[in-house]
Amino acid sequence: MSQINNAKTLSSTAIATGANPSGLRIDLDVIQAWIQPRSRILDLGCGDGTLLENLRDHKQVTGYGLEIDPEQITTCIGKGLNVIDQNLDRGLSNFADHSFDSVIMTQALQTMHAPHKVLEEMLRVGKECIVTFPNFGHWKARWHLCVSGRMPVSDLLPYQWYDTPNIHFCTFRDFEFLCRELNIDILQRQVVAERPFSRLLKDLRPNLFGETAIYHLRKQR
Amino acid sequence: MPETFAKDSVGLVTPQTLHFDEPLMLACGRELESYELVIETYGTLNPEKSNGVLICHALSGNHHAAGYHRVEDRKPGWWDSYIGPGKPIDTNRFFVVSLNNLGGCHGSTGPRSINPQTGQPWGKDFPKLRVRDWVHSQARLADRLGIEQWAAVIGGSLGGMQAMRWALEYPDRLRHCVVIASAMNLTTQNIAFNETARQAIMSDPKFHDGDYTLADTYPKDGLAVARMIGHITYLSGDGMGQKFGREIRSGSFQRGQDEPVEFQVESYLRYQGDVFSESFDANTYILMTRALDYFDLAREYDDDPIQAFSHASCRFLVVSFTTDWRFAPERSREIVEALIGADKAVSYAEVESEYGHDAFLLPIDRYYRLFNEYMQGVSTHQ
Repeated sequence: MSQINNAKTLSSTAIATGANPSGLRIDLDVIQAWIQPRSRILDLGCGDGTLLENLRDHKQVTGYGLEIDPEQITTCIGKGLNVIDQNLDRGLSNFADHSFDSVIMTQALQTMHAPHKVLEEMLRVGKECIVTFPNFGHWKARWHLCVSGRMPVSDLLPYQWYDTPNIHFCTFRDFEFLCRELNIDILQRQVVAERPFSRLLKDLRPNLFGETAIYHLRKQR
Repeated sequence: MPETFAKDSVGLVTPQTLHFDEPLMLACGRELESYELVIETYGTLNPEKSNGVLICHALSGNHHAAGYHRVEDRKPGWWDSYIGPGKPIDTNRFFVVSLNNLGGCHGSTGPRSINPQTGQPWGKDFPKLRVRDWVHSQARLADRLGIEQWAAVIGGSLGGMQAMRWALEYPDRLRHCVVIASAMNLTTQNIAFNETARQAIMSDPKFHDGDYTLADTYPKDGLAVARMIGHITYLSGDGMGQKFGREIRSGSFQRGQDEPVEFQVESYLRYQGDVFSESFDANTYILMTRALDYFDLAREYDDDPIQAFSHASCRFLVVSFTTDWRFAPERSREIVEALIGADKAVSYAEVESEYGHDAFLLPIDRYYRLFNEYMQGVSTHQ
């Protein structure tokens, strides 16, 4: 039974990661800038290992990627990365407190069964963490819901509500409320928008025009 | 010579016997004055001697891991699916060394060999061996072959235990350690199965307390039962069900019929037991299962696996199989967690398979590809 569940989650994470390859590239530049050279990192849902590979080659980081998609794991192994076959929904109980400098999760928080618990686990295991996720508060999503009265389906969020890996959507504001509730400090935030129109306005109204946000977090002491 | 072998087969292979005169101190406190190891090699050692790969065999394995001894052989070596030109353990790139471990019964010094002090077969007096004894003898073998450092030491099951022990005992002598369907020690249930198998052998009247050779007999039936027990545990319940179901080989359940019924699985197990007991030695089986039982990677490191692995300096690949209940994925995950705790380079894959513990021997697509990718990396950094 658990295997069936595994298989389900596994394919969904893969799709979620692969859905926005160009977005991932921008995330990557930002994340790379935030990571200290030679630090020890854990990349949750590492996909094909693009981020880890970049950080290894440009920042000399060590660490591991966690992934459950068999194809992606094989790809990571081919790149000489450390990849561990592990379902994130089972938690990170096998990792010790503060055993990593940074724990990173790109574009996968919204696919977790319990994002708030994952977030807390990330901040238990890592001294800091970096999270990126798509903004459900983006004007296109709001417009879609408002005008058609149906759940948004667009090139940014290309899934039907009944068949989507993205089971826990939030807006930037939602996420920041959660951080406050969990006593998490937001060290840095970078809002990414790729469309020219959005790019122009994202700094003015990030929650309306930002497509993806990258958060740099730490637990309050 | 007719061209009868597949392109990706190493083809005909010939075992070699190497004699070692330097005494080997064993973990049990006894010493082997001299010994022989039977090996097979595939591929060519490069001039830098940096492309050596050591294959460690499991409980019933031997040196014949790939290729054929004779053109007419029906079956190739036990890991032929993974060793050969273009295969994951690519003999175009690697110099592959496979041996029969000490205590074995396929040519290396073991219970069937003559004890030079008595002129009689060792039999039950052959020293009890531990995994580390095999590893030390394998290190001597590496010396003999001029291999200072293996590109990789690879093993499944009991072979994986040897590979891990290599990483701790000789950290500078291997760059990669591949541990497949293994564990840092056996579970209670595993020891229980091994003891049941040993009892099957020892309670055979022809066992003669291990001195069956002197009595000119052989506990074939006991060994066959031992193998049957082992074999059940190497398969998954579902896998067995799919393969044999409740199929009947002979007899009938019809009312009014008194003919005995034989299920397919019965005949299969008996066949496996028969074949095995003809080619294996009962004392070796006891010795190997005891080595399995005694193995405990972290015992001498305060029972702390992280401390144990902190001594390693190679990279690791750990693989498990979903339906393997003899060396379950959880046991592999323990290895991985200890390696992560010790900040070692490790990758881990849990491969979906219905074949139980036996999966590590079988061609399985995902397993094959990830193993292949890993070994490509091993060969490009040699």
